[in-house]
Amino acid sequence: MSTHVTPDRSRAKRAGGAARAGRGTRAMTDEPVKTSYREAMRAALREALQRDDRVFLMGEDVGRYGGCFGVSLGLLEEFGPERIRDTPLSESAFVGAGIGAAMAGMRPIVEIMTVNFSLLALDQIMNNAATLLHMSGGQCNVPLVIRMTTGAGRQVAAQHSHSLEGWYTHIPGIKVLAPATLEDARGMLWPALQDPDPVLIFEHGSLYNTQGTLAADAAPLDITTAAIRRAGADVTLITYGGTLGKALAAAGDLASDGIDAEVIDLRTLRPLDDATFLGSVSKTHRVVIVDEGWRSGSLSAEISARITEQAFYELDAPVERVCSAEVPMPYPAHLEEATLPQVTGIVAAAQRAVA
Amino acid sequence: MTGPGGFAPETPAAAAHRSELLREMLLIRRFEEKCVELYSAGEIRGFVHLYIGEEAVAVGVNQALTPEDNVVSTYREHGHALVRGIPVEAVMAEMYGKTTGCSRGRGGSMHLFDAGRRFYGGNAIVGGGLPLSVGLALAGKMRGDQRITACFFGAGAAAEGEFHECLNLAALWDLPVLFCCENNRYAMGTALEREHAQTDLALRAASYGMTAWPVDGMDVLSVENAARRAAEAIRAGGGPHFLELRTYRFRAHSMYDPDRYRDKAEVARWRERDPIVVFTTRLREIGELSDDELASIEEKLAAQIEESITAARAAPAEPVTDLTKFVYSPVPS
Repeated sequence: MSTHVTPDRSRAKRAGGAARAGRGTRAMTDEPVKTSYREAMRAALREALQRDDRVFLMGEDVGRYGGCFGVSLGLLEEFGPERIRDTPLSESAFVGAGIGAAMAGMRPIVEIMTVNFSLLALDQIMNNAATLLHMSGGQCNVPLVIRMTTGAGRQVAAQHSHSLEGWYTHIPGIKVLAPATLEDARGMLWPALQDPDPVLIFEHGSLYNTQGTLAADAAPLDITTAAIRRAGADVTLITYGGTLGKALAAAGDLASDGIDAEVIDLRTLRPLDDATFLGSVSKTHRVVIVDEGWRSGSLSAEISARITEQAFYELDAPVERVCSAEVPMPYPAHLEEATLPQVTGIVAAAQRAVA
Repeated sequence: MTGPGGFAPETPAAAAHRSELLREMLLIRRFEEKCVELYSAGEIRGFVHLYIGEEAVAVGVNQALTPEDNVVSTYREHGHALVRGIPVEAVMAEMYGKTTGCSRGRGGSMHLFDAGRRFYGGNAIVGGGLPLSVGLALAGKMRGDQRITACFFGAGAAAEGEFHECLNLAALWDLPVLFCCENNRYAMGTALEREHAQTDLALRAASYGMTAWPVDGMDVLSVENAARRAAEAIRAGGGPHFLELRTYRFRAHSMYDPDRYRDKAEVARWRERDPIVVFTTRLREIGELSDDELASIEEKLAAQIEESITAARAAPAEPVTDLTKFVYSPVPS
């Protein structure tokens, strides 16, 4: 196989130096197309596979099965078994193989079924992917993308439900993305593949069926900045991934209560875009962090620390956090619901902050 | 190429080849003996794992590799790095943690790298290099190049999950990997028999559907012969091969290790099979090596190593301001 990247310089650049590409989408008109998070992610995969023949997808059941969550359905037929590569249940081996292939010039996308399973490959992610560049004195960069499902909400209990992306944000040498919208599901993969270093993409399992519309020419997006999903003046809700929808719903409830909430979607969890959330805190002076991870040693703790370090005198109230209860995820629906951040809890936290 | 018996045909080329094998083994031995001195003197620090006693393995396997092939190694990798052509100066400077080191001093003894020579480390997680070798070989196969990937690891790695995952995956995907298991009989302080229910490691590899066999790792010509056979088969499309290279380390696990777990008599018995002493004796017996020739080799190596030390001492240390450089790749301007 020859190495060839299709240049796409003729089209306008949108952000982060990434070229536009609407080829992965089916629509040929400028009308927005109805789609889902799952389909948007699939379109992003298709675009990457079409544009760069160094790209291949590897993981458990990504081929014939169509992906554990159906994301890669149809790609085997389109791109063949060399590039849509089913693996044995050997997380350490196939993640490490992705690292080796990336060092040798390929652009692998490795899919891990869930973040809980990624722990079987944590050694490869931490001790090799994140470390090789520095340990080799700048010689061995690892242009690898690892995608995995995270989060709860589907009653799949204590070994398939956790939000461990915060652990990964602890590690220098990797980047961590959490697409929460259709646009980001469609637009974050290509720039992640252009990154010379390893990028982990966390897809919240509850998002795959999210329906919506996407511009027909939906393009790769910037992956370095947080986004303000709802502008507001009274309180800042900081979140990402699966809890963005809950934060927006809470903001709606708060609005009817006369509280104008601003909602920040972090999008990129490492490196954090401090400027966006600090700017918001400087405007609203009150903040609630919503994080589906456990509270202790969490990403929410890191954000809280950064706010107190860099914007302490902007705060008019203590930082509030809404996190998951510190238990392994229980199976029954009512207990799962009680474990996770919910809209009512976010609303209550915001009300405390503005009181 | 020479057979396992080793010494026919008696051509000048064969004799020169054997002399080179000896020189390479001596380079590793003398380099590491100097490392012991420098470590004891406090000039180099960290974990230093010596290869002394195992030199025939690195030198023999390397004969079957081309400069285009990939190598993945372990934390006991000074020998592999040197035979792959990483300059002595760069390896020594790495021991000193200087910017002229082969990893800019960032890695030290356990993390020697040279991407240009396709030497992908110095991996200090037991079994951690095996998945990398599978990926390097997969990339080569997908791109249609002719490289093979030689992956060195110890007998201890055969107890790790990665051993099983990677042998399975390499065989399943028919990848050009030469698995080189350096069985020195100990996983740090734990003897092979105390660690493995099945101590025949080649047998275990064969169960994954690849050709595997044990090799006398104390005899450089046996290792060379086996590696050439395996590499040839891999290059011909025969998929992964596995060599269990039976060897012994004469020194402790690392410079920290008091070596309380081995019988002194056992060490002495293996020392009688010292790959360098035995090979030197055989070359002398057949008249291929005179005292003068040996002295000349030793003298040149000593000078080369001394020069590398002088250069490493004088080399600059990395400025602290560059501490976080290479955590991420530089952003293209």
